[in-house]
Amino acid sequence: MKTVTLLKTGLANLASVQAAFDRLGARTELAETADDVSRAERLVVPGVGAFEAAMSVLKEADLASALRDRVDKGRPTLGICLGLQLLGLASEESPGVTGLGCVPEEVRGFSPEVISPQMGWNRVVPATDSKLLEAGYAYFANSYRFETIPERWTGATSEYGGTLVAALERGAVLGCQFHPELSGAYGERLMSRWLSLEVTPC
Amino acid sequence: MLTSRLIPCLDIRGGRVVKGVKFQNLRDAGDPVTQAARYEAEGADELVVLDVSATLEERMAALDVVAALRTRLRIPLTVGGGVRSTDDARTLLEAGADKVAVNSAAVDRPELLRELSTDFGRQCTVIAVDAARAPEGGWSVMVRGGRVRTERRAISWIREAEGLGAGEVLLTSWDRDGTRSGYDLELLAEASQAVRLPVIASGGASSPEHMAQALSVGASAVLAASIFHDNDMTCGQVKDALRESGIEVRT
Repeated sequence: MKTVTLLKTGLANLASVQAAFDRLGARTELAETADDVSRAERLVVPGVGAFEAAMSVLKEADLASALRDRVDKGRPTLGICLGLQLLGLASEESPGVTGLGCVPEEVRGFSPEVISPQMGWNRVVPATDSKLLEAGYAYFANSYRFETIPERWTGATSEYGGTLVAALERGAVLGCQFHPELSGAYGERLMSRWLSLEVTPC
Repeated sequence: MLTSRLIPCLDIRGGRVVKGVKFQNLRDAGDPVTQAARYEAEGADELVVLDVSATLEERMAALDVVAALRTRLRIPLTVGGGVRSTDDARTLLEAGADKVAVNSAAVDRPELLRELSTDFGRQCTVIAVDAARAPEGGWSVMVRGGRVRTERRAISWIREAEGLGAGEVLLTSWDRDGTRSGYDLELLAEASQAVRLPVIASGGASSPEHMAQALSVGASAVLAASIFHDNDMTCGQVKDALRESGIEVRT
């Protein structure tokens, strides 16, 4: 049975993510320490809440470098919503707070003419070199986002008051701005593909 | 582009689905998990569950319903009814809710919205407002399941709720609820203008035309209960009709 380790970054609700992996026949456990983050075969960083609160949890528990290390090595890691944004340099949501910096971009709020948060199903368009992502509708609930897929990453985009990054992908690292666990059959297929990626030792 | 959402609503009490008119005369309308699974299969974009329990026993049963729904559902689940504190919200989130809707408790103590959005995030914090047309014009905020009229004005309350951290507005017309006469479009238009938040239209829908009207005046999503419970139309049929009228919905 495949094991998925969930990293709790605060008061994020994990029930939906756990239920989604249950449906895929994977076992879930919680990561507590940096060692857990390093050793996990597959790590999920579900993110709900504020950038600053989540980063301070990562820094205080000394999880940041372990997480950065596995993302830089391309080991199986799935970031969801804020869990993707934490990989960036910083966020407009929490000025002055440094992110993990694996993704050389800053996270910004939506342009003022659109309703915020973006709440609902938006069309996801994968880049041609994406291996994991397919075209379809996914469920978003976010006020902040990356605007462009940086070099050395691939992924997918959506349109909402301009282009936003729907997902980033590199090796076995997948960061979704949308919630795959709430994205019906589309999300389930994506999580299944990510689960089937080869596991690499730390 | 972001698609318009179709949201079936289940009012539950003691583990069963119930439906009433103007929040009164509740009648049994089936098993929540069976219905929710059917809605998802037919194309529902999200599900709202409102717990209208009157006793502690019924409320505990509702929590079991949330857990059972989570196991089954692959779409977002908003739960409301009787949430008075961040502890209540946490209990629902741990059972499997994705968003928590607050109504009377936020009217009694608006700071609750700030606490919820600080602890769980704005996207998790839904302000549910029951708005009734007032004799002097505009709309009053109703509380206690629509039984008590307050001094608050609906539009200014929604604006205040946005400032306190609400991330979505579930706006029910008290006058139209259960009447099948269409949403209160003036209410939806004013509310959508007043805030930058997504507004879910609720109360009075009995046809895709009603839903298309609500979306055209600014609502981001349309909620309905009886149209689906009574098997008048499936979610899929409603979405087909919306698509034919030029509204982008998820396929």
